[in-house]
Amino acid sequence: MNQPALPISTYKLDLLIDTCLLTGRIMIESGSEMYRVEDTINRIANNAGVKNSVIYTTPTGLFFGIKGQPVSELRQINQRTINLEKVQQVNTLSRRFAAGEIGLWQLHYDLEQIDRESLFFPLWLQTLAAIVVSATLMILFSGQYDWRDFLITGLIGGCGYLANYYINLWTRVKFLSEFLAALTIGVLGVVAIRLNWGSNYNNILIGAMMPLVPGVPLTNSIRDLFAGHLLTGTVRAVEAILTAAAIGTGIGLCFRFFF
Amino acid sequence: MNIWLQLVIQTGFSYLATIAFAICINIPRRALNSCGICGTAGWLTYWLLYNLGSGRMVANVAGSLLLGVMGIIFARRKRMPAILFNIPGIVPLVPGATAYQAVHEMVFGSADQAIIYTFRVAMVAGAIAVGFMLTSLLDEVWRHFRQHQQQNLLDKNSH
Repeated sequence: MNQPALPISTYKLDLLIDTCLLTGRIMIESGSEMYRVEDTINRIANNAGVKNSVIYTTPTGLFFGIKGQPVSELRQINQRTINLEKVQQVNTLSRRFAAGEIGLWQLHYDLEQIDRESLFFPLWLQTLAAIVVSATLMILFSGQYDWRDFLITGLIGGCGYLANYYINLWTRVKFLSEFLAALTIGVLGVVAIRLNWGSNYNNILIGAMMPLVPGVPLTNSIRDLFAGHLLTGTVRAVEAILTAAAIGTGIGLCFRFFF
Repeated sequence: MNIWLQLVIQTGFSYLATIAFAICINIPRRALNSCGICGTAGWLTYWLLYNLGSGRMVANVAGSLLLGVMGIIFARRKRMPAILFNIPGIVPLVPGATAYQAVHEMVFGSADQAIIYTFRVAMVAGAIAVGFMLTSLLDEVWRHFRQHQQQNLLDKNSH
């Protein structure tokens, strides 16, 4: 059995495989499109001198192998969020590696650093953003210029976002945080109406839900399906639909008991 | 309400909403302004077309098409992935209000209304995706055209 010789040593090959899998894992966890993940990994392998790499990606795990070589490895992916700053950083690193500005070692080191740091805007800014999203989208979606509910929608939306954030830290059960956050929003909406701080329950809820609603994952899953990534599209659609169902259950409970 | 005041409100609020959502999903700082412009463009296209009576689907396709094109332009200019601009940009377009109405009808027991709304959510999400598909089609056509042009130029120079 004669295997074709690789242009790089076994030691470097291990490093390359690990780098490629790390790249893929970070990108999929951060919500990148699948074709970009595959493209980036192929580019890294190409630039490291391995021209015949094979990559297979799913939203729950990815495989990397080299044609004609007895090596292939896989990594599991346990969380899927949207953190586009990480996608951008990996993209920049891949470009710099292609340009020869950094070596494989440095690339691997930087990727590990990106993986470890959870770069996010501070929580107060995120909450403020959620308040703005809720209030402005309530006006846009209701189409009624309902200024009386403007402020209270924002406040309830911010509370819902905070509830989602803290419950997520506290429990590992999926979809529980969305359910409880929706319940919080519903109850706060009822309280606001009873205290006469707001006038239209439906408008308040539509606005306050917006930071939680999985509209973006749903649309992305359909884009994946159209791009031919049937598996990814299906998995992401199921996740979006379950999230929507959790929110719907929370809201539905409020309707059931308060009206 | 005055149509110009409405236009100002729609423009400003869609810009604010897009930027705020971009902060929630952690977009790099130097992309925030472009995200806002993309979101505004998409939403205004949708809003104008819808109010002119084009129907929901056409308005959504047109909105996401423009949004996608602007995303690609910003991506080229700033050397960043296009999804950085697309994902926050579709936030004003996603059918959140319709999904809410579907749940509302479901809980209050009118299943046929709930099915109509659920179907509409799926259709709108599909329409947005079709808009993005058309964007990537345009991008490919443009790229082929450019390559062809350059090839012609090279051929002329070599003769």
